[in-house]
Amino acid sequence: MTAVVGEDPMDATGPVEEVGTSVEAVFREERGRLLAALVRRFGDLDLAEEVASEAIEAALVHWPAGGVPSKPGAWLLTTARRKAVDRLRRDRAYAARLAVLQVEADRAAPAPAADAGEELPDERLQLFFTCAHPALPAEDRIALTLRCLAGRTTPEVARALLLPPATMAKRIVRAKKKIREARIPFRVPGADELPDRLPGVLQVIYSIYTEGYAASSGPGLLRVDVAEEAIRLARILRRLLPGEREVAGLLGLMLLTHARRAARIGPGGELVLLGDQDRALWDRPMIEEGQALVVTALTGGSPGPYGVQAAIAALHDEAPDWPATDWPQIVALYDVLLALAPSPVVALNRAVAVAMRDGPEAGLALLDELAGEQRLRGYHPYALARADLLRRLGRRDQAAAAYREALATAGTEPERAHLRRRLRSCE
Amino acid sequence: MKYMLLINSPATPQDEPDPEAASFEEWVTYDKSVRESGVHVSGHSLADLTTATVVRVNASGERAVTDGPFAETREVLGGYYVIDVPDLDVALDWAARCPGARGRGSVVVRPIADFD
Repeated sequence: MTAVVGEDPMDATGPVEEVGTSVEAVFREERGRLLAALVRRFGDLDLAEEVASEAIEAALVHWPAGGVPSKPGAWLLTTARRKAVDRLRRDRAYAARLAVLQVEADRAAPAPAADAGEELPDERLQLFFTCAHPALPAEDRIALTLRCLAGRTTPEVARALLLPPATMAKRIVRAKKKIREARIPFRVPGADELPDRLPGVLQVIYSIYTEGYAASSGPGLLRVDVAEEAIRLARILRRLLPGEREVAGLLGLMLLTHARRAARIGPGGELVLLGDQDRALWDRPMIEEGQALVVTALTGGSPGPYGVQAAIAALHDEAPDWPATDWPQIVALYDVLLALAPSPVVALNRAVAVAMRDGPEAGLALLDELAGEQRLRGYHPYALARADLLRRLGRRDQAAAAYREALATAGTEPERAHLRRRLRSCE
Repeated sequence: MKYMLLINSPATPQDEPDPEAASFEEWVTYDKSVRESGVHVSGHSLADLTTATVVRVNASGERAVTDGPFAETREVLGGYYVIDVPDLDVALDWAARCPGARGRGSVVVRPIADFD
């Protein structure tokens, strides 16, 4: 951006030719901030969304003609605030209700001092906690976070979550209605509440990531844009909560997994499992960034589940190949993870690591112990893990039966193609 | 903003009491703190479910009075509070402190509808 003339954010000074390419990027980045600042000011998500959209529309009209203002975020906020005030002048009943909300919000939390260096104060942390509030259904938390914090439109959120737009629209309306009518507050939980509330926010971001990484159904195996949206959200959260080690752990876990994306899909669109991946295709700078985050996540206290999972991902990323992976260390980390967050899925992954450390027989014995677990019923990675170990033991008939079982429940086409190839090798 | 805290307890037979159920003293302490903190609007505990009576009026205005309801209920409403607090998080804090939320009990938090 060129020289800044005057302090009024409405004063447009930027070069006109940049508008065409920068508008989308500016809005994606600024929309969440804008929305959060407006929610902070007016205490109402609907009004904030309405005037944020109007301000963006106004920018689309004015910026191509007059140039991008020196402080686009401040321009948008000023414009949106004016539109909100106009709206409240027209609708007195609405204004009266909001005034009550505002008085109570002010009483609950004094406004933070404005940061002189910021053109738009960053109020997104409270929006993260509201969107991930435990009083909302889990699927609504994901949808709201994508919409309010990732700056996605409802049709985009629907596409990201592979749902019809009408279903998504209903879900977002339902969530906003509960926020408004049950008065879920826009506030950052106190230090004493954070251990209870932060995992919910992290869970939402990780769910968005896994939604993109292992699409649970449909032809595409990897929707990079959805996974990268989750990484972007985690980066924002990390800036907002730099002292929280589990935020570092989550970001590290996602980076260390996402670094393998190019190797995960073969030339024919087929799934390539970790053991068979061409490690030269892995994104080394992303791995290095992830490794540094693992150190942060595991330093200065007992580790959290995301930090431990990130450490496991880092050991895979550091290994020259699958057999030479540090399996004893990975088994030890799974033991820690099982103690922190017991789950049959973690026990399954541990059994696979034990099979690599001690041989397929040992792994299979652990898998068979898990046979009764309700959560593993119809979970195709379980059948796949059993099938692979049976194949390695030369028990081809049993392996073929297990591959068929996995095929019956696997969701994406590339995963199914992989299973069919394995099945043919046993028949 | 007013919320009703509906305090439910499991419909267990008398000979199978909830081992984690709160003591009478804990209820007295909680009730005192609700009243003294200034959030209390109203609240009562309800008499035993065996004393309940159901009334229905059909389309022609006839009244049907029956004993119950008992058999199909797994949770029994044992009492309620209405509190006036700034937002849901504060209401949830009061619900979490309620002795009725422990053991096999639960507290349902519902905003009071505002038709103004």
